[in-house]
Amino acid sequence: MSELDQTIHDLSNFDLQLLDQYQRNFPLCERPFKFIAESFDVTENRVIERYKFLEKQGYISRIGVVLDPAQIGASTLAAVHVESSMLDSVAYQISLLDGVNHNYQREHFYNLWFVITAPNQHTLQEVIKNAEKITHTRVLSLPMIKRFHIDLGFKLCSSN
Amino acid sequence: MFQQLKKSILARLEKGLPICERPYLKMAEEIGCDEQYLMNFIQQQQNDQFIRRFGVIVQHRKLGYTANAMVVWDIKDEQIDAVGHLLAHQDVVTLCYQRPRVLPYWPYNLFTMIHGKNRDDVERKILSIRQKHHLQGPFDVLFSTRCFSQNGAKYFSSKLSMEVEFKHVK
Repeated sequence: MSELDQTIHDLSNFDLQLLDQYQRNFPLCERPFKFIAESFDVTENRVIERYKFLEKQGYISRIGVVLDPAQIGASTLAAVHVESSMLDSVAYQISLLDGVNHNYQREHFYNLWFVITAPNQHTLQEVIKNAEKITHTRVLSLPMIKRFHIDLGFKLCSSN
Repeated sequence: MFQQLKKSILARLEKGLPICERPYLKMAEEIGCDEQYLMNFIQQQQNDQFIRRFGVIVQHRKLGYTANAMVVWDIKDEQIDAVGHLLAHQDVVTLCYQRPRVLPYWPYNLFTMIHGKNRDDVERKILSIRQKHHLQGPFDVLFSTRCFSQNGAKYFSSKLSMEVEFKHVK
């Protein structure tokens, strides 16, 4: 068993169900964890305790919302080419820019990819300019034109 | 007034639901609104698709899905809707967006994300999609080798939140 399989292995089947089944349409009632508990025939306390554990251990980042970027502010996917010797320092500085999230090194000539979200188009362009100051190069800005997927979350208990 | 309250609620929601017996009550008290109002608001925003998803947001890296590839495709403009929908419906594809080409630097206009437990796993999934759907055009696979930051987008809990503009979409 690999180390990664071990990670999953440390979680019980119940934990996986808690992660998998409530990624969308989280119950909207006064006591949502009681509602979940009833569907598994366990106590409300048990569900609360497991979710607290999963959050504390970093298996979940939060129980929260994913908003539609098309309806709010401005955002883009940005890519730059950074010389490999400079990558650590550039990536670090880029991550510190307000509005930058999902900052990844990728195997390509354009080797640093990050998402920028901003309250409006003007601020977005300012962030891109700041990124260009850091990288001393042109930033490819690739804003979404159309979304095809429906955000169903991340399937864990699938057969594949 | 409504816009202001909406921003306050979204700012609090971005931080995540408290894990306790009455999470909506706790959250409503922090925001300064009514528990029932808050629950109705979340439901309404989901109906309007402003909230795309409300629930558990997992850290797939922590769960062992450490390999992720952005697979980019150069699709003829007249075929992009068909291919976009096709790829979006594959189980292994988690994101599927049309984005602009920036010629001559960047020729690809369809972006998909594929996660797997390791590199081979992801490569097998890509090959299987290409074969199954006869995708023979140009594509490229950009594996991520390091993650410098992976935070959800925060529109309302940042210091610029009051400048957030809402757009009306159909």
